[in-house]
Amino acid sequence: MTSSSSTELWNVRVEAGEHWSGILRRGTMLRITALQARANVAALMYNFELLSERYNMPDTLKAQHTAFLTSGCVCYSDMGRILCSITADTCGWHDTVCGLSDAAMVAEKHGPSRFQEQRNAAHKNGRDSMLNELGKYGLGKRDLVANINFFSRITADEDGGLHFDPEHCRAGAFVDLRFEMHTLLVLATCPHPLDPDTSYRPRPVSLSATRAAQVAPDDPCRMRCPENARGFQNTERAFLT
Amino acid sequence: MNLSATDAINDEIVAAGEPWLGAVEKGQILRIVDLEGNQAVDTLFFNLHDPQERYSAVDTIRAQGKLYLSTGTELRSNLDSTMLTIIEDTCGRHDTLGGACSAESNTVRYAHEKRHMHSCRDNFLLALSTYDQKLTKRDLPPNINFFMNVPVTATGGLEFADGISAPGRYVQMRANMDVLVLISNCPQLNNPCNAFNPTPIQIMIWEAGANIPSDRETTRGS
Repeated sequence: MTSSSSTELWNVRVEAGEHWSGILRRGTMLRITALQARANVAALMYNFELLSERYNMPDTLKAQHTAFLTSGCVCYSDMGRILCSITADTCGWHDTVCGLSDAAMVAEKHGPSRFQEQRNAAHKNGRDSMLNELGKYGLGKRDLVANINFFSRITADEDGGLHFDPEHCRAGAFVDLRFEMHTLLVLATCPHPLDPDTSYRPRPVSLSATRAAQVAPDDPCRMRCPENARGFQNTERAFLT
Repeated sequence: MNLSATDAINDEIVAAGEPWLGAVEKGQILRIVDLEGNQAVDTLFFNLHDPQERYSAVDTIRAQGKLYLSTGTELRSNLDSTMLTIIEDTCGRHDTLGGACSAESNTVRYAHEKRHMHSCRDNFLLALSTYDQKLTKRDLPPNINFFMNVPVTATGGLEFADGISAPGRYVQMRANMDVLVLISNCPQLNNPCNAFNPTPIQIMIWEAGANIPSDRETTRGS
């Protein structure tokens, strides 16, 4: 790994309602940019060297004493390692407790929709989109766990009642993920399952990959809490050569 | 007429730190009793006939639009079916964000030296492997923590707080499908989820049709 470089390695546009997957190696930075306001990116992550190791919502939240993700947070696997760090975030809050939409929910909310009539504008849903991508790697329902919903903010009141914030994500908002492990990233741009919009309006995002700078000893994600310092130790031990 | 202990078709004490695995058929009532108070009971449910369908914390939260589990909560699967419905709850609130402790997460949360300590995931893995060799860590999604209190603040803070449970409090649910119940009576000694003192629980099962005066109709959350 060399020093930080802004040279773009590749970029893709993930269309509204599209699903996508790719491999992000340790030392890669990925910027996800909301191309329109009120975007949502459902995401799951797996260790590409051992696909049974995957993003773990509870371990991520309890290690960092938070109910949401933002810059300074890391995404833990279920093996005490860090799949990626969130190094920048112009949005301030990403949900990870509300899950995915599914076919029944989308049909109930937005009416019937088929390819035959609507071609590629046919409605997509989060669960089927994820299963579609997971199937390409021999993964399936067993591997469908609590996901991240980038760009969506859902707050809880005293009784735990959840409230979707429709103004949260503006066009151009971005989040930077620095991958600390070789990671299979699976995405879907379906609307958030608690977005009350009765019109089916998914939004596109762009992905831009660059090389990350080496993680400094005083890296903000590492320094966020003693838990993260140990998480980085666990991760680095897996990559000693 | 209350549910009578003598009518229960299953009535067991599970010691602190032990797993429990058992079937509950559609219509049957499952009760978990926090015998001494403040004991976290890590719990997962699987479709008895297809374990690829299993409890999903996020589907349960999303379906009710609410973080905490209590009376009326439909425990949803990863296919969004209602697996069980909580029909009585004398504790008031149960967690489904905190997940299960594991040797690996203990190294992150507490210290590398805590890796050796007994954990819920060890209980889960051992119980599953004795039931069906094909079931592995892949089959362990985020679980329920009955009797555990993990309040989330309006600004998104999350802490493991002192329990709100007390000796003898219980949660009771009716199965909407045949389920396999996987429990770890949590052995965690490093945080207040068990009041630093893991204690036994009681598991009781009644046949479908058992008289439950407190049972009430539940509706799908909006």
